[in-house]
Amino acid sequence: MRWLRRNIIAIIAIAVLVYLFIPIAVVAFLSFNNPASKFNIRWNEFSLDAWTNLCGVPGVCSSFATSIGIGIIATIIATVLGAMISFALVRYRFRGRSTTNLLIFLPMATPEVVMGSSLLALFLNMRFPLGQVTVIIAHIMFIISFVVVTVKARLQGLDPRLEEAARDLYAGPRATFRYVTFPLVLPGILGAALLGFSLSFDDFIISYFNAGTLVTFPIYIWGAAQRGIPVQVNALATLVFVLALLVVLVAQFVSYRKRKSVQAH
Amino acid sequence: MSTAEHRVDDLHLRHLTKRFGETAAVDDLTLTIAAGSFFALLGASGCGKTTTLRMIAGLEDPTSGSIHIGDLDVTNVPPHKRPVNTVFQSYALFPHLDIFENVAFGMRRRGLKDVNGPVMSMLELVELAPLARRKPAQLSGGQQQRVAVARALINRPDVLLLDEPLGALDLKLRRQMQIELKRIQTEVGTTFVHVTHDQEEAMTMADTVAVMNSGRIEQLGHPADIYELPRTAFVANFLGQANLVEAEIVSASAEVVAQAHGNTFTLPGDRNFAKHKQVIVGVRPEKLTVLDHFNAHLVPDSNNRVTGRVTDVSYAGVSTQYVVRTPWEQDFIAFEQNMVVGDRCEVGDEVVLHWSPSHTFGLDGTQDVNAGISAEALEETRAASSLGGE
Ligand SMILES: Nc1ncnc2c1ncn2[C@@H]1O[C@H](COP(=O)(O)OP(=O)(O)OP(=O)(O)O)[C@@H](O)[C@H]1O
Ligand SMILES: [Mg+2]
Repeated sequence: MRWLRRNIIAIIAIAVLVYLFIPIAVVAFLSFNNPASKFNIRWNEFSLDAWTNLCGVPGVCSSFATSIGIGIIATIIATVLGAMISFALVRYRFRGRSTTNLLIFLPMATPEVVMGSSLLALFLNMRFPLGQVTVIIAHIMFIISFVVVTVKARLQGLDPRLEEAARDLYAGPRATFRYVTFPLVLPGILGAALLGFSLSFDDFIISYFNAGTLVTFPIYIWGAAQRGIPVQVNALATLVFVLALLVVLVAQFVSYRKRKSVQAH
Repeated sequence: MSTAEHRVDDLHLRHLTKRFGETAAVDDLTLTIAAGSFFALLGASGCGKTTTLRMIAGLEDPTSGSIHIGDLDVTNVPPHKRPVNTVFQSYALFPHLDIFENVAFGMRRRGLKDVNGPVMSMLELVELAPLARRKPAQLSGGQQQRVAVARALINRPDVLLLDEPLGALDLKLRRQMQIELKRIQTEVGTTFVHVTHDQEEAMTMADTVAVMNSGRIEQLGHPADIYELPRTAFVANFLGQANLVEAEIVSASAEVVAQAHGNTFTLPGDRNFAKHKQVIVGVRPEKLTVLDHFNAHLVPDSNNRVTGRVTDVSYAGVSTQYVVRTPWEQDFIAFEQNMVVGDRCEVGDEVVLHWSPSHTFGLDGTQDVNAGISAEALEETRAASSLGGE
């Protein structure tokens, strides 16, 4: 009983971690499977086929590349626009400022089905051909909201005296922005971009409405799920997870090294 | 660092006013700060000290009035073009830059190429050279404070503004930094405008002290002059301690005579600032001599005196502080040097406090504490005191 009381936090933590990671572990585990049936849900025998032949199934790699491409383009455009909108919202008083503030939140609050279908209606009305461009436009719309929210919070949390100190130390408006404001807001912008990319990569509903004949990775998986998901999908998903994990680990390691080297001084 | 002679000019504030809505944070401030002087701005919280500095730095636009450095009108010059640097109340070090880059910031923005030498010698001056590559968050409060000073001072500004730079430090480090700042100031000859809450700090460091109250300067001058001859009750109380008695002037000429509670006080006419018959007679605690009432006959006839009963004695090594309750229920405070061993007065003793008229000052008895003292007010005071002599 005493043992339980002392270790209860550790036990709960482990339970939560297991709960969070079991699905990922299962996906990774099954990427080494050679399924007996079309459906890769039961362990049959070990095989590296999916890994050595990642693009072996038609459509897997092309849809993966499509999603990555859309993610990158939409994220870059949305991040640049969103960052500029945040600066305008925080730094300038203009007519319609509070309305803009409100409107920016709307894509986040709107159900995806509603947003996807109304965009579709819009594009059809305008006789705009559905495809990569319409998906990118749709993605930019919702990524912008996240960028604005993150960057705005960062800007508002910025001590105004830092910019004043810069101005006091011979930095004009441009230099103040370049050497003080921007570097201080940059982590927020990068964080928003990462979040935006993963939202875009992951999006199914809005993309499905506006994709036309374009097949993104989520749309491919959706289609494949009816016929049996190829093992390559497991392998690609595992790859993405490992890459993301590596990024986090490297970032941790770099900041740890920095701290260490400072203490050594 | 270049040792080239660089001409420094006086700083002039003329009718400088800053309003935030209805309230005037700084109210018609006119003063000249001599080139190369150490000027202390002293006052209670919220009296407008920071606002004054911000206007000098260019970070706040004055509502009216002007700021000149020498003949140059800088009122509308943006902060990055003013030969003025600030040590901020909260340091405001750049968190993303290391100590070296923080200090180098001003030089780099001015496009100077060879920053390495000056920055390192500046860091040596503030004894932080070994920490050059640390980030501000990895320094103690006192170290951050020294970085803030170094970052501003390296630019050799005409005027260095310091907004309570020592506020966050403990007493020992504070004393150390006071000496350090004073040394640096003497060495580089830059005009320092130093804002502080701490009256002792202002008096020990500055050539000129200005006491501010509600956006106005109550009194300005050499620290000793202000201390010895305060012109308002606010200054008397804010700068050190004072015993103040409300009295009525009965005769005024070269010598002013005032009465209160059956006591008669005399003071030199030129130390009296009362405009009318009502006067506040004041004296600093260390000017008082405490005598047991048996020795009352020893008090020189010309001296002012007050009798009372000791209610508190606190011995503090170099001096002893007495609190003496007068018959009209006012507490007088007296500091005595501990020059004789033993034989001190004790609680309950009947004593006589006496002091020389030349240590006495007279303040306007009707004053509201907020009234600023200007040159014409002083004239009026003089006129009133001679009028009172009829
Ligand atoms: N941006 C502002 N908006 C409105 N009022 C302000 C602003 N800045 C200062 N004030 C007001 O102006 C007055 C003077 O403020 P200031 O900061 O100059 O005081 P201070 O003498 O520096 O006080 P402290 O010793 O506490 O730093 C205060 O009453 C303050 O509330
Ligand atoms: Mg202040």
